[in-house]
Amino acid sequence: MDKYEKISMVVNGKAYSLEIDIRESLLEVLRNRLHFTGVKQGCSVGECGACTVLIDGLPVNSCIYLAVWADGRKITTIEGVSKDGELSKVQQAFVDEGAVQCGFCTPGLVLTATALTESGRKYSDEEIKREISGHLCRCTGYNKIFNAVKRALDAEH
Amino acid sequence: MIEGEKMAFEIVGKRTIRKDAAAKVTGRAKYADDFFEGDMLVGKVLRSPYAHAVVKHIDTSKAKALPGVEAVITHEDLPKLKYATAGHPWSLDPGHRDVADRLILTDKARYVGDGIAAVVASDTLTAEKALKLIEVEYEVLPFVLDPEKAMLPGAPVIHEEKPDNILGDASEEIGNIEEDFRKADHIFEGVYETSIVQHCHLEIQSAYAYADADGRIVIVSSTQIPHIARRIVGQALGMPWGKIRIIKPYIGGGFGNKQDIIVEPIAAAMSLAVNGRPVRYALTREECFVDTRTRHAMKLYMKTAVTKEGKLLSLHMRPISNNGAYASHGHTIVMSAGGKFRLLYDFNSIKYEPKTVYTNLPAAGAMRGYGCPQIFFALESHIEDIAREMKMDPIEFRKQNLISVGKKDPHSEIVVRTFGLPECIEKGKQLIKWDEKLEKYKEQKGTKRRGLGMACFSYATGTYPHGFEIAGARIVMNQDGSVQLQVGATEIGQGSDTVLSQIAAEVLGLPYDMVHIVSQQDTDISPFDLGAYASRQTFVSGAAVRKAAEEVKGKVLEMASEKTGLSIDELDIKAARIVERKSGNEICTLEDIAMESYYDRVNAEPIFGNASYNVRTNAMAYGVTFAEVEVDMETGRIEVIEIYNVHDSGVIVNPMLAEGQVHGGVSMSLGYALSEQLLFDPETGRPLNNNFLDYKLQTIMDTPDIGSAFVQLHEPEGSVGQKSLGENTTISPAPAVRNAVLNATGVAFNKLPMTPQKVFEKFKQAGLL
Repeated sequence: MDKYEKISMVVNGKAYSLEIDIRESLLEVLRNRLHFTGVKQGCSVGECGACTVLIDGLPVNSCIYLAVWADGRKITTIEGVSKDGELSKVQQAFVDEGAVQCGFCTPGLVLTATALTESGRKYSDEEIKREISGHLCRCTGYNKIFNAVKRALDAEH
Repeated sequence: MIEGEKMAFEIVGKRTIRKDAAAKVTGRAKYADDFFEGDMLVGKVLRSPYAHAVVKHIDTSKAKALPGVEAVITHEDLPKLKYATAGHPWSLDPGHRDVADRLILTDKARYVGDGIAAVVASDTLTAEKALKLIEVEYEVLPFVLDPEKAMLPGAPVIHEEKPDNILGDASEEIGNIEEDFRKADHIFEGVYETSIVQHCHLEIQSAYAYADADGRIVIVSSTQIPHIARRIVGQALGMPWGKIRIIKPYIGGGFGNKQDIIVEPIAAAMSLAVNGRPVRYALTREECFVDTRTRHAMKLYMKTAVTKEGKLLSLHMRPISNNGAYASHGHTIVMSAGGKFRLLYDFNSIKYEPKTVYTNLPAAGAMRGYGCPQIFFALESHIEDIAREMKMDPIEFRKQNLISVGKKDPHSEIVVRTFGLPECIEKGKQLIKWDEKLEKYKEQKGTKRRGLGMACFSYATGTYPHGFEIAGARIVMNQDGSVQLQVGATEIGQGSDTVLSQIAAEVLGLPYDMVHIVSQQDTDISPFDLGAYASRQTFVSGAAVRKAAEEVKGKVLEMASEKTGLSIDELDIKAARIVERKSGNEICTLEDIAMESYYDRVNAEPIFGNASYNVRTNAMAYGVTFAEVEVDMETGRIEVIEIYNVHDSGVIVNPMLAEGQVHGGVSMSLGYALSEQLLFDPETGRPLNNNFLDYKLQTIMDTPDIGSAFVQLHEPEGSVGQKSLGENTTISPAPAVRNAVLNATGVAFNKLPMTPQKVFEKFKQAGLL
């Protein structure tokens, strides 16, 4: 079997066609080939959520998602969240609530929260917690992250 | 503005937005792993599978022959220079230096994971393949994981220089404990234990190194302490310190683990092995758990003498600290904590006899709280047990034994100038509704039982007088009157860039947005500062920032004075305008002055301030945790229902960031109390749960709402009245939760963590199940 395969994907609105090693994760391709370094590597095995990207609008741990699977899909990384130089509602909520400390878990959390706000659904407090429980954060104790996500969701409704 | 006792602040004390918030929510903040070079190589380390073994022979020929491998190195290729990894300032006195017991790669493995050889290759997969082709012949030795066994005669010797495996046993005695124990009405004894846990910063240690055109080594690293890193890399490689340049970009959390020099020397050695080409050495999470640092597990033997009225007379504390295989911060940690707890309760006499012991486990080092999460777990559990035995109210018992303002430690000579703890206790009591709930939870028989607990702590600010406390700041004024603030202090997530900018803006009379902080530290450019540790930066680096800002302000007002004919005393800067101090009337803009400083044909001299500050004082900070728990008597699960940390940290420079510190510190301590423990196979010494699936970090589902409150007294030695906070937050929650469980169930847990399994077993033992 050939070790290399050509894939086409749209990342943050721009189309990319590239030949990749079939063993590479989407995380590796996004970071090492395309230099979307906002995609953070915290464990490489799907435990911490730092590498979360949106694939066709849904949050996925890009470290355990093979790059070949991304063929034909739309990817959003943290670099693609703000529009026209303006922070999104989710990003602004993270800033205003003081939900950012070291910032390493922030991109993944912003993306999961973005997916929640774009789902059009309402979430109870318990549901919000469950939805973001795949993200580990060691700095904030999650309190202000929860407030930021809730604030962004409230702004939607 | 900020002179005198009562200061009216404009910017200090405000919830200003973090300087780095926008960079971090947009993914623009670059961390050590986010820089790429065209011809960058990857480094990997071969680790010992044995806890204790001598390397008899290494054959690297097959690995070297693998296509894509650029170099393979072992201890034979590196200088035989033992170095100390602890991120302490260098001491000119050889008697005060850290223990140098480490080589970049070793010929004797002292724990499972010790680095034996390293590969530099074109990519990670090739490097990992090459590791498997290195043939090592080991002579496997007996090993020891328990520090008490390590001290027994005949135990395996881990370092020849310390044949009894005792890394440090310096002790301290204040007063006469024999006499006080003779006078005592009651003597209480207890044994308390904590477990090995880890920092778990989300960004794993990573560095890349290359040689620049002049042959100097440049290392971009995830370090808390760039200036110290430069010195230690120089020592490890035997190179002049000036030939090393460390660049510290954004850092994804450190908590003390990046206050140790771990990846930098080997990254440099890897680059040197390939003629200075760039090499990245990034650990995996699994490697991070075993080959960085951990928090010392301690076993603490406590013996206390008390009068029948409940006056604490004397304490004899004997901590046994499990240091693992290499010294790192070593005995300093337990000694440092010993100096801090002495300024909480007013004992007549204290004998503190710690021992720090080598074992065949990963090296323990600095972790948030620096020995205090262990010491205060023991102390505050023990105090609770004594109060219960004496049938005294645990809060009243503590209060009647607290020190008071003016207390001076006879050894460190630290004086307590502000003491807000009694007020913190009152505040915490009200927040949790202590009296009301205690009454309510008196007679519980059900399967879910609630209880209340509290615990106090004392902590220092920085390391003076034991450590050297110097910080640097440079302020450059731009043409528009805004400034660049350059500091040697490091932002690692805690928010130092923001609070230091607030202090600069406050002193300079500038809007906060007109202070541009240079977040990256570069040892070639940044002012000399020791970095992020000991909760020192707001206090120590803040003093340097104030000094540099005063220099700039002085120069501005001097120019304004010459321009207007008014004396300097009659002038001030308010919101980037030069004003007459009394009337507040605007004279000119700061921009006018700044433009003249740049472009006046005769007198142009751009304005800057450059300060180094050697802080020769310390400020004791205090606080208390109040916790309410619900214990499931059938499953052993402990749920924290409410928790409040109330801190006496002086003036709070930024309440939003301060709350963030409390939330993170309490959450970390709840993990310490309830779920986290790095486990090792007693048969082999191998780690059993060195990943985020099996090591139980708190998730958002496990973390309660965390309440924070501050009693703000103006600390006269703080440049704006501030004291320490960062580490303080993680000291008292664990014992408060333990005391709440005791209150709920009558069962005293003297060992952390209190996992459901252990709670269940203990309930069975106690006959509750």
